[in-house]
Amino acid sequence: MSKGADVNAAGTVPLTEKHTRRSSYFMKNWQIYSMIAPGLLFFVVFKYIPLAGSVIAFQDYSPFGGIAGSPFVGFKHFSELFSYEEFFLVLRNTLVISLYQLIFGFPAPIVLALLLNEVGKALFKRVTQTVLYIPHFLSWVIVGGMVISLLAPDTGLVNRVLAAFGTEKIFFMQEPSFFRSIVVVSGIWKEVGWGTIIYLAALTGINPELYEAAEVDGAGKLRQVFSITLPALMPTIMVLLLLKIGHVLDLGFEQIYVLLNPLVRVSGDILDTYIYRVGLLGGQYSYTTAVGLFKSVVGLVLILGANAISKRSTGNSLY
Amino acid sequence: MGRVSRARKWFIVGNYTVLTLVSLCMLLPFVNMVAGSFSGGNAILQGLVTVWPVNFTLENYIAVIKNAGFWKSFGITVYITVLGTALNLAFTTLMAYGLARPDLKGRSAIILVVLFTMIFTAPIIPSFLLVKSLGMLDTLWALMIPSLVSGFNLLIMISFFQNIPDGLTEAAKIDGCHEYRTLWSIVLPLSLPVMTTIGMFYAVGHWNGYYAAMMYLRDPGWFPLQVKLRQIVVDSDTASVLNSLSSAEGIKMATIIVATVPVMIIYPFVQKHFVKGAMIGSVKG
Repeated sequence: MSKGADVNAAGTVPLTEKHTRRSSYFMKNWQIYSMIAPGLLFFVVFKYIPLAGSVIAFQDYSPFGGIAGSPFVGFKHFSELFSYEEFFLVLRNTLVISLYQLIFGFPAPIVLALLLNEVGKALFKRVTQTVLYIPHFLSWVIVGGMVISLLAPDTGLVNRVLAAFGTEKIFFMQEPSFFRSIVVVSGIWKEVGWGTIIYLAALTGINPELYEAAEVDGAGKLRQVFSITLPALMPTIMVLLLLKIGHVLDLGFEQIYVLLNPLVRVSGDILDTYIYRVGLLGGQYSYTTAVGLFKSVVGLVLILGANAISKRSTGNSLY
Repeated sequence: MGRVSRARKWFIVGNYTVLTLVSLCMLLPFVNMVAGSFSGGNAILQGLVTVWPVNFTLENYIAVIKNAGFWKSFGITVYITVLGTALNLAFTTLMAYGLARPDLKGRSAIILVVLFTMIFTAPIIPSFLLVKSLGMLDTLWALMIPSLVSGFNLLIMISFFQNIPDGLTEAAKIDGCHEYRTLWSIVLPLSLPVMTTIGMFYAVGHWNGYYAAMMYLRDPGWFPLQVKLRQIVVDSDTASVLNSLSSAEGIKMATIIVATVPVMIIYPFVQKHFVKGAMIGSVKG
């Protein structure tokens, strides 16, 4: 932003002089710019061209005509979106799963980081952290396979434990009512340990004298957590929460797709899997691009809105 | 004082207990999987395997090792991971080094261009059409080029480079080093933590990725490991592997273990670095 102001301020300089001055700056730093150029080219080609290509959401795109040869139809696909019952089902699934993840998944690494932070024994801490990070490095295909195998009706560990308590065996993966819980729990299992890293990093920045002073004043452990630790973590928590809110419609394709099967689609089909199935496999390019744009715009509006609210109420913001 | 310290003692005991239980929860599915992969088919089907192999056998692993299709996918993934990560690191490092210069003209505009792509992502279909029109469908380039630079990793690297004292790079320039030479001889040797961290992020992404492969590859001959794994593990397409006494379940488990081993081997070596590297990025971030 401030750069734009510089350029305007430079507008008072006569045009030719400004031109040579700028190009000599460029000449002197050409090596630096040549380093940035390939990466910048990547962002322009692979991020901005598809953004421009999203214009097909306003067309009846045909692969033969391409973008130039396809007729414009205005907001047809967007109004279609809101008349499809299936779209609402998918949107609801996405929102509900996202909400569950926010309520249960978001605080989990914070709590875990607070507990880890209290560990005095360095060896214990190191071993625990190593173990907790491991699931993050497994692919969703593998985690999905493990989930399916653990929850298998006859051979799965979970059903065998339940059977020991006299419960009937449960067909977890075929029951729509279980799907969202499975997604949330497996998501926490995979990422909770990894999520602690950023909080642990923030915790190391707290001045230990604060705790000593609090102790002298007679504050208990819990009091210290609420009066020192949490306020110190607040900026980190808010930034991550804001980012999370911006991705409410963006659950991630891989996890859901691995776990999804036709029997649980009614509760588990989300926007990402819907776009893949209907758009990519079904060839409805324009319609699903409209879905994708809807998703991106909602995300942007949410992140800007949440950021404004947070800035006003807590003083923390992304920018 | 005595009461406080007793409460404290209970807290410590409780804390260690909770953390141990959580760690066990992380390990249990894994241990169960390893035990199953060494167990006989009947033992798995009867639900006898918990944390220790029952009717110990290597049949499952032999079936996986003999599967040519699995190894082809494995090889493709190794290729994508090595080449892809090298390209990722090259492009990201160059761009980050340039953007770490705080007074560079146009710097904040370029960073804004990157940031915007992080909060507003283009829909997937136009990205697919772009890759298609570039002629990359059914080539392995489609798994590497569209994910060349991650905005997030770029920002971490920029803040790492900014923490390197200016004096070092200044001195190199006074000695006559041009920018590429300074990056190569001064900055890179100091950047081992961030290079390993970011390299690990990219490499794990390539190793574990399957969305891109499912979008861009139609020819089963090019399927990387995760797509193959999905066929075997989730779609239960074990017919291709099933050629002996071993069971489908046991083979699935052995396949998962073999596909995970490379990540698990590298992990301990870089763990020290990536925690440090991620912290540098996140604290400043």
